[in-house]
Amino acid sequence: MTADPDTAPRRRPARRAAAAAAALALVAPLAACGSDGGGGTPTINLYYPPEQNLQKVVDDCNAQAQGRYRIAYRVLPRQADEQRVQMVRRLAARDSGMDLLGLDVTWTQEFASAKWIREWIGQDKSEVERGTLNGPLDTARYEGRLYAAPKNTNVQLLWYRSDLVPEPPKSWDEMISAAQQLKQQGKPYQVLTMGAQYEGLVVLYNTLAESAGGKVLSDDGKKAVMDEGTVRALDQLKKFATSGVTSPSFTNATEDPVRLEFQSGSGAFQVNWPFVYPAMQEANPELAQKVKWARVPGIDANTPSKVTIGGVNMAVSSYSKHPTESFEAAKCIRDAEHQKFSAVNDGVPPTIEAVYADPEMDKAYPMKETILEELKEPAVRPLTPAYQSISTVMSAILSPPSAIRPEQTANELRDAIADALESKGVLP
Amino acid sequence: MSVNATPAGADVAADAERSAGRHAAVPAQRAHRRTKPPLSENKRAERRLGWLLCAPAALVMVLVTAYPILYSVWLSLQRFDLRFPDEREFVGLENYVTVLTNQFWWTAFGVTALITVVTVVVELVLGMGLALIMHRTLVGRGIVRTAALIPYGIVTVVAAFSWRYAWTPGTGYLANLFDGSAPLTERASSLAIIMLAEIWKTTPFMALLLMAGLALVPEDLLKAASTDGATAWQRFTKVMLPVMKPAILVALLFRTLDAFRVFDNIFVLTAGGNETSSVSMLAYNNLIRGLNLGIGSTMSVLIFLTVAIIAFVFVKLFGTAAPGSDDGERR
Repeated sequence: MTADPDTAPRRRPARRAAAAAAALALVAPLAACGSDGGGGTPTINLYYPPEQNLQKVVDDCNAQAQGRYRIAYRVLPRQADEQRVQMVRRLAARDSGMDLLGLDVTWTQEFASAKWIREWIGQDKSEVERGTLNGPLDTARYEGRLYAAPKNTNVQLLWYRSDLVPEPPKSWDEMISAAQQLKQQGKPYQVLTMGAQYEGLVVLYNTLAESAGGKVLSDDGKKAVMDEGTVRALDQLKKFATSGVTSPSFTNATEDPVRLEFQSGSGAFQVNWPFVYPAMQEANPELAQKVKWARVPGIDANTPSKVTIGGVNMAVSSYSKHPTESFEAAKCIRDAEHQKFSAVNDGVPPTIEAVYADPEMDKAYPMKETILEELKEPAVRPLTPAYQSISTVMSAILSPPSAIRPEQTANELRDAIADALESKGVLP
Repeated sequence: MSVNATPAGADVAADAERSAGRHAAVPAQRAHRRTKPPLSENKRAERRLGWLLCAPAALVMVLVTAYPILYSVWLSLQRFDLRFPDEREFVGLENYVTVLTNQFWWTAFGVTALITVVTVVVELVLGMGLALIMHRTLVGRGIVRTAALIPYGIVTVVAAFSWRYAWTPGTGYLANLFDGSAPLTERASSLAIIMLAEIWKTTPFMALLLMAGLALVPEDLLKAASTDGATAWQRFTKVMLPVMKPAILVALLFRTLDAFRVFDNIFVLTAGGNETSSVSMLAYNNLIRGLNLGIGSTMSVLIFLTVAIIAFVFVKLFGTAAPGSDDGERR
């Protein structure tokens, strides 16, 4: 500094004031944070994946709460993996800034086992269990206790071109031969579904395995089983991948690319989540006219399939400072009225059975009957705290499906899953 | 933990490394002095004062590096999985057997070794060229140096994102050069892109270290050599390089240790897909995503040991002067 000695003293007060202002600016947010734990309205921090109209539900619940609590919706990242990493990191550090969590159905056991989420008991528990479908409830349980409230569920359907296919196929073999016939006639024939090395491939395999009556894990979730039915499912998956009816990009396909491919008209069948329907009506209304839906085909034509369910469960963090209000807020966000609102506006299927009977659902959810039918006999992904590791190694071993050798692959999967259950598995 | 943080232990490992190197050099020099004359009272008091002055710094070093390293080692001897908190138990070296017999680990190790060797060699050549240019610049020396340093000044993660978009079809000007394919979905091309990003970023750092070495070369020597009829190439290989050797070795040591812990570029560019994980990426996946503290810490310890071995080889076999030690008169 080359300040004139005369001016230096005059400058100093100004600088001191600036420093004081800066210090205040730094402290102010801290003060704001500290005040919320006090006497006023407690803030419930809801960490939930992006959902377009959830803020309206939150606003409605805040109005209903009449100042008992105020929910603040904090949007998690779009990628499932990033959502989980953010929550896991903060919970491992016992962060009390998270109260209510929106968990993918496959994470509930993991969080419960790690003691990061609170058990639902008494009044709260019976309120959540009343009228809720069993499949979604199973995903929210761990060791016979309820740890989360199912907010919405999700299940894949078979979408098919009714102008090419008169009757929906009852089994995968029927679907493959129907596609092969269309191929010979030179018509659109492809069977489109997700086959990239990620969770979607595990979902496809789990649907096949459960439909074949197979078990990946023992009932208590402690041991890898991989029985007869799971080998049959591996055989079916390989047959499907090598019968010439898949798209060339099958081994790289995820949800949205599959939807786009079907919309472009190259497919006769598509196995995908319900979100494809509104999107198709918007992008290709002409094609949407011809598209119908049915239950996903089974392994046997006479045995109905069991289809893997997805969805979101709401759980209360163990480190929350306002557990009572958090349970109340969770119940409000998932009550029948709000589930209907979310179904109509965001397209997420409800978990409360009665909502399906509501006439308002007819227009937004023409396929609600089929969805409900699948939800009543669902397939649940292996319920274990180690699911994330199991899914990672399963998708690595199952990819590419054309290289499956049923017996050998089953043994490989059994060993890898056993390692994951004993925390011996190394993740790639 | 921020995105660009290395897995617990790896960073610490490198720091401890440098301090270990510092101490490793001491016995080496002691060995030269076979007989120790008894110290005078004066010297002893001076030495005590020296220790006292060092003590706070040494204590802080121990607290911030030794504790996490020891804690990592302790964790690596247990089955400790955050998802199964009740099943925590001591398992001895079982985790090490698991990791060292696992193909994912060796694939990642190979990838890391490849990245380390290729990037360090290329950086040394490019950095030397850049250093010579900067050393000989006559006009606007400051501007040239600043411009050359810009890549090193940009946060790695930010630069990595710009590389990622550049190589993604549709958004990327670089991907569109190559018939619009997606190079980040193939193993060979993604490894090449990761190395390119590393080289682009750290060549300036290498050049800076080498420039400091160039400043050590006396002009008189070079003049004398050209008087004797040495060509430019001979002057470079016979005069400059030998004088610069200590600086080159230090630069190589630093870069090798850093390159072996490569993480942020891989995290952003491929997230370890298509077998492009480095060992640090693998440790992150097992620690943070897999919540498996036992296996993850085992990997961190193994990374630390590898880095220690690299440093040992440099200091002992190539005679790298450890930073901070001097060959001058020691009391």
